[in-house]
Amino acid sequence: MFFYYVTLGIRSLLNQRGITTWMILLIALGVAGTVSTFSLLRALSSNAFAAKAHRLFVPQIDNHGPDYVKAYGIDPVLTLRDVEALRAHDSAHLQAAIFPINLSFVPTDTTMDALQAKGYAVTLDYFQMLDVPFRFGSAWSRAADKEGSNEIVIGNELNQKVFRGANSVGQEIRLDGHTYRISGVLAPWNPLPRFYTYYKDAFDPRAPQLFLPFRQALNLRIPTAGGSYGESSFFPWDMRSEISFISYWVELPDSAAAAQYRNYLHAYADEQRADGRFQWPANVALRDQEDWLNYEHVVPPEARISFVVALGLLVVCAVNTVGLLLARFMRRSSDIGVRRALGGSRSTILFQYLTEAAVIGLAGGLLGAVLTICFLSSLGLVFPVEVARLAHVTFGTLLQAPIIALCMVLFSAAYPILRACRIEPGWQLKSS
Amino acid sequence: MVSIPVRPIVSSLVRHKAGVFIMACQVALTLAIVANLIFIITQRVALIFQPSGIDEANIIIVDNHWVGPLTLEEAHARTDADLAALRALPGVIDAYADYTIPIAGPWANLTDLSLKPEQKSPTARAETYFADEHAVAAYGLRLVKGRNFETSEVVVGSTEADPTVGSIIITEDLSRSLFPSGEALGKTVFMSNHPRTIVGIVADVKAPQKGTGDHAYKAIFLPVRLADVAGDPYIVRTQSGAAENVRKSLTDILYKTSRLRILDRQEGVQHFGALRAKVFAADRGLVILLTAASIILLLATAGGIIGITTLWVDGRRRALGMRRALGARRRDILGLILAENFFIVLLGILSGSIIALIANISLMHYLALKSLPPTYITLTSLFVLVLGQCAALPPARRAARVPPAEAMRIVPS
Repeated sequence: MFFYYVTLGIRSLLNQRGITTWMILLIALGVAGTVSTFSLLRALSSNAFAAKAHRLFVPQIDNHGPDYVKAYGIDPVLTLRDVEALRAHDSAHLQAAIFPINLSFVPTDTTMDALQAKGYAVTLDYFQMLDVPFRFGSAWSRAADKEGSNEIVIGNELNQKVFRGANSVGQEIRLDGHTYRISGVLAPWNPLPRFYTYYKDAFDPRAPQLFLPFRQALNLRIPTAGGSYGESSFFPWDMRSEISFISYWVELPDSAAAAQYRNYLHAYADEQRADGRFQWPANVALRDQEDWLNYEHVVPPEARISFVVALGLLVVCAVNTVGLLLARFMRRSSDIGVRRALGGSRSTILFQYLTEAAVIGLAGGLLGAVLTICFLSSLGLVFPVEVARLAHVTFGTLLQAPIIALCMVLFSAAYPILRACRIEPGWQLKSS
Repeated sequence: MVSIPVRPIVSSLVRHKAGVFIMACQVALTLAIVANLIFIITQRVALIFQPSGIDEANIIIVDNHWVGPLTLEEAHARTDADLAALRALPGVIDAYADYTIPIAGPWANLTDLSLKPEQKSPTARAETYFADEHAVAAYGLRLVKGRNFETSEVVVGSTEADPTVGSIIITEDLSRSLFPSGEALGKTVFMSNHPRTIVGIVADVKAPQKGTGDHAYKAIFLPVRLADVAGDPYIVRTQSGAAENVRKSLTDILYKTSRLRILDRQEGVQHFGALRAKVFAADRGLVILLTAASIILLLATAGGIIGITTLWVDGRRRALGMRRALGARRRDILGLILAENFFIVLLGILSGSIIALIANISLMHYLALKSLPPTYITLTSLFVLVLGQCAALPPARRAARVPPAEAMRIVPS
């Protein structure tokens, strides 16, 4: 009987080919748009550090005054003097001070161009806080972290380029005129989003390749490769400077510790005011990693807009389907009347029209799955490449298309089918 | 003009409550979404086509970095050597180095400007360019009033707070907001409490920061020759048509001057247009996507109207035939169907306008939107109304073709 209804359904669909094609095409477009934009949005919103999202905190201190904050907001980074003060205060928890650096490597082969390696000047806690995986060796020592030393950690790619992937621990590498000794080589590692620096590299496809002791970068006066905020007559690495350029993260075990830290921050800013450094009331913030991602708008609004619009399109498709199915079933009310008069029960009518709707939904869903593949593979045409590459065609996403289409059509068909079932037997015959 | 037969329309709409509701719903949702989309599209298009005020077609941007470590003096010497080599190239008009570029940033360097020293709140806020006597020619700026910097005025390797900087060149837009009624040229303004004389006014140049905000065209050129120890981008302007040839030969010339640099042979030397395209890549993509979505939505609604109306007309053949038999003309039937459609779409538009505003307000924060001006709703409504009439036309004509004899048929087809 089921197959008979399927045949009946297909035959009735073929009867009104134009409208049927239109319905199926629209369902496919709506479903494919929703599935592909959702899969992009999900990829962009996924957080490699989700497990620690509520334990990592970023302190912010207003060191420029209310006028500045009103115009530009509170800086996302700290000055060196504030970082040093915070580090000195709290040694119980992991703290990472980070700023981006670019160093260049000049190959001995003079026919080759120099290459630039990007990375970060970091304090030792960075490696533990972010669970950085080492392929060879390890990070530098506590003493090196305190005083600065020529030890360096390099990324897997740089190790491939310079040492052809061999264990290079203990070897020397010359970068920007300084000789460093390699203490560790990372395994390939680029968890996204890269939340800990503030410049637009949250989805940078190239893994960081250098890690230098924070103290050593300051000793060598290596400039930040990121942005700096504020004006000062002192250089950023001077303890008197009011130029903020250092991203600073602390790991706190629970909300009680966070509240305590917040109080401390406030007290610190008050103290700075009492010392005459700040001429304004304490203005500090402490956000956890999840809040930070929202605050910094790490997920591009374009991805969200696209998803919301696709969802809107899907809703319009659903309404459209309700209208077309209703008109279609009502037009066949005389058929239904005859069938009921000949002994067809309500449930047979229900079952027949449900089958017809399912056929439409399935056809739309399958076409939608094909369109999803097309959309996902051409995302690079409309989204920046580093963002578009994050969304992949998976079996799961392809499965979503027919399931959503089927659910949507069955939901849309509910009212039209209800109406069809309510048609009285024979009444239609009488009226004509 | 046919008179609108209100009563039959109302009664037929009431009879098809569900259908009317659904059609109006579809129109409402479409209007709500499309009005918001057109608003977003307009903003992004304005951003993409925002003029930069520079001679875009003939400008090449060189993304140069030095292999360190360099002292500031060495960085200056190397930058000067590079710029001299670039200026000597055939086809090159001029070149200079600055770390920010109109539209492309990458940094915004906002400065407060006041008319008096120690003024509490600034008169205007503008973004700064660090320029020398070559900047005007290297960007192809049009001096509206005054003069270019003289070589003797240019301060080497300083910051914007340097008290020895005596003169500045500003954009027309900035001159208007500093001196709304009067001549800006020759006047003195204060930056970080240091007096600066406006020696020149140039036609509007876009500030480095991307965006159409208030200070988009408020820019100051300071006579300060900067050199970053890490290297600065070079701005090279060529004679018209020579840009591509210059671009191809640039890397070799620079690598010949010094090998100790980071300059990507492909990505490092690009036309301003290529840089611009990169800056607006996300906006361009969004415009394409949203335009496609709007077209699909409008087509979906038009298709829905055609579909439902056709099926309705087919279901009412006998009634329509009866009307014809009782004296209604073809165009009366046409008018009837069109008027029905008009009322349904109007219903949709009224509710859609409210949904549009609610959607805009509730999603404003999540999607980083601005508030939707009512004009967008009005214009989109008019368009949807016309679209509805167009969509109803084929089924209306089909209805008008129903012969009066249809009234006599026993079994409705």
